Amino acid sequence: MGSKSSSLNKIPNAQELMQETGFSAAHILRLYERFEFLDVDQRGELRPEDFGAIRELSMNPIGDRIISAFFSPGKEAVDFASFVRILAHFRPTETNRTRDGAQPEPANSRTRKLKFAFQLYDQDRDGKISREELLQVLRMMLEMQVTEEQLQSIAERAIQEADLDQDDAISFDEFRKSLEKVDIDHKMNIRFLS
Amino acid sequence: MTWFTFPGDNLLCRCLGISITAWLTLLFVFIIVPAVLGVSFGIRRLYMRTLLKIFEWATSRMEMGAKEKNQQLHKPYSNGIIAKESPSSLQQELQDLRGSASCLRSEPEFEMADIFYFCRRGVESILDDEVTKRFSAQELESWNLLTRSNYNFRHISLRLTVLWGLGVLIRYGILLPLRVTLAITGISLLVVLTTLVGFLPNREENKPKNGGICVSNHTTPIDVIILANDGCYSMVGQVHGGLMGMMQRAMVKSSPHIWFERSEVKDRHLVAKRLSDHVADKTKQPILIFPEGTCINNTSVMMFKKGSFEIACTVYPVAIKYDPRFGDAFWNSSKFGLVNYLLRMMSSWAIVCSVWYLPPMNREEGEDAMQFANRVKAAIAAQGGLVDLIWDGALKRAKVKDAFKEEQQKLYSKVLVGEQDEGEQSDDMHLEDENQEEDENPEDESNQDSTEGQ
Repeated sequence: MGSKSSSLNKIPNAQELMQETGFSAAHILRLYERFEFLDVDQRGELRPEDFGAIRELSMNPIGDRIISAFFSPGKEAVDFASFVRILAHFRPTETNRTRDGAQPEPANSRTRKLKFAFQLYDQDRDGKISREELLQVLRMMLEMQVTEEQLQSIAERAIQEADLDQDDAISFDEFRKSLEKVDIDHKMNIRFLS
Repeated sequence: MTWFTFPGDNLLCRCLGISITAWLTLLFVFIIVPAVLGVSFGIRRLYMRTLLKIFEWATSRMEMGAKEKNQQLHKPYSNGIIAKESPSSLQQELQDLRGSASCLRSEPEFEMADIFYFCRRGVESILDDEVTKRFSAQELESWNLLTRSNYNFRHISLRLTVLWGLGVLIRYGILLPLRVTLAITGISLLVVLTTLVGFLPNREENKPKNGGICVSNHTTPIDVIILANDGCYSMVGQVHGGLMGMMQRAMVKSSPHIWFERSEVKDRHLVAKRLSDHVADKTKQPILIFPEGTCINNTSVMMFKKGSFEIACTVYPVAIKYDPRFGDAFWNSSKFGLVNYLLRMMSSWAIVCSVWYLPPMNREEGEDAMQFANRVKAAIAAQGGLVDLIWDGALKRAKVKDAFKEEQQKLYSKVLVGEQDEGEQSDDMHLEDENQEEDENPEDESNQDSTEGQ
């Protein structure tokens, strides 16, 4: 690693990003370095292969889903701003937040976190997790460890429990309802060191 | 005109003559002769202590300067970017997730919330993963006045810049020519000396004997020189071209070494046969092998290839740890070649390393080669204060095998479905000694539409 001057000026729109996401200057700097580190071809943007190079991520059963969560529909590359915005979902929730109607909801609110997880299931973005989509995720998480029948029955049970309006799919509200008691804030948090 | 230049010329010649003589004498008296005879003047320790004091002063200046400007001083070494939760098992985490969600079920089932666990682990690894950072140079806490290990360089204070300038002068003006002359002398005597300052071997009685194999962790080709300094070995390694190749061929003339072509390496039996033949002959020197197969950045020990542990003989493990404060010894072969690397080495302040000879180990009953290799690796890592990783050094260039993904899937399915047989998990973790690139299973995610999660 050569010498780099780590000043905030190198990063485009740093101030805006900080305001929007709530990351501090130090965080943005560290994230920028990590971004540059992953960006092996120095393109200024990351592509799926760059994520694929992370060994621990390839090991994760839903690794590919997580990677595709970073990329907007149709786009093949993610720039630094988008990278940070996605990661902002994982910041710890602030408890004493005054909800001003005019302000957009912060990325790390409980709803946004749920939405992020919802979209890991709901690949076609139709706002519902269909049985097929659920099966897909189950397959990724279990692959060859269970039989197809077992998979089907697991999916069946999950839908029955969560699907309140009986349309054979799980909408975002139903999803949220079924996770009411789960401590999302804790489980979807990553402690960023300053 | 003539009478003007003539004495000038003479003077110049004489000056040059004197300085060269002085230089060579100093060289001889202070370095070569003591090195050959094994006598030390204690200059080196003094040098090291002074350098350390200067580095600490430099770092404190930078901190002060940063505080004045109200900026964070960038310390990449001390913190990671995130605080990883203490690795609780998958079972534990899912228990926690479920415990808060629903209640008492007799049999565990799939919960929608389970995905959070994998999701978080995935994003954590995007931010900070164990393996990729092993293949880049280690980052330092305090700046050692080398631009190459500097992340904060700004004009902080005049004094610091002056010091840095002085450092450059000393390193390139004095140390580099010194070492280059040494190197040239050295190479022509078939002994390459860079500057090995501070060489602290321990436990001399554990030094490898004939008919054994010496294994060690690998950071740089200098490892070879360091060990060879202290005993004669036969090397095993890949045939190279260029400067390395020339040295390899020269070395073969004086003692038996085993140089392979990579195409031959694939044929493990051939390799094993040559090794066991060599080992069986008790008059031959011990073999030196680096089972990691590639250079690692000296913060960890990666997976040992089992080939060398299949041969039935005593293994003498050696742990080598470099002190990164004086100069980074790691050879990042994908970034720069040997000559470039040597230049960087010779213009560092010093290369300081500690070598530990560990007690010899033998393969025990009922232990297979892989387990034996792991045992040796753990011993080396423990002694050298390095992290013991299961990952394969070949990951520098290749992709992760599916075996690991399967492990995760297995663990998860146990929670859900409650498998009866707790199979030996370690068996599945065997990574074979192949150099093939792994093809990624093309996932069926052709519709890559993801938004930014709003």
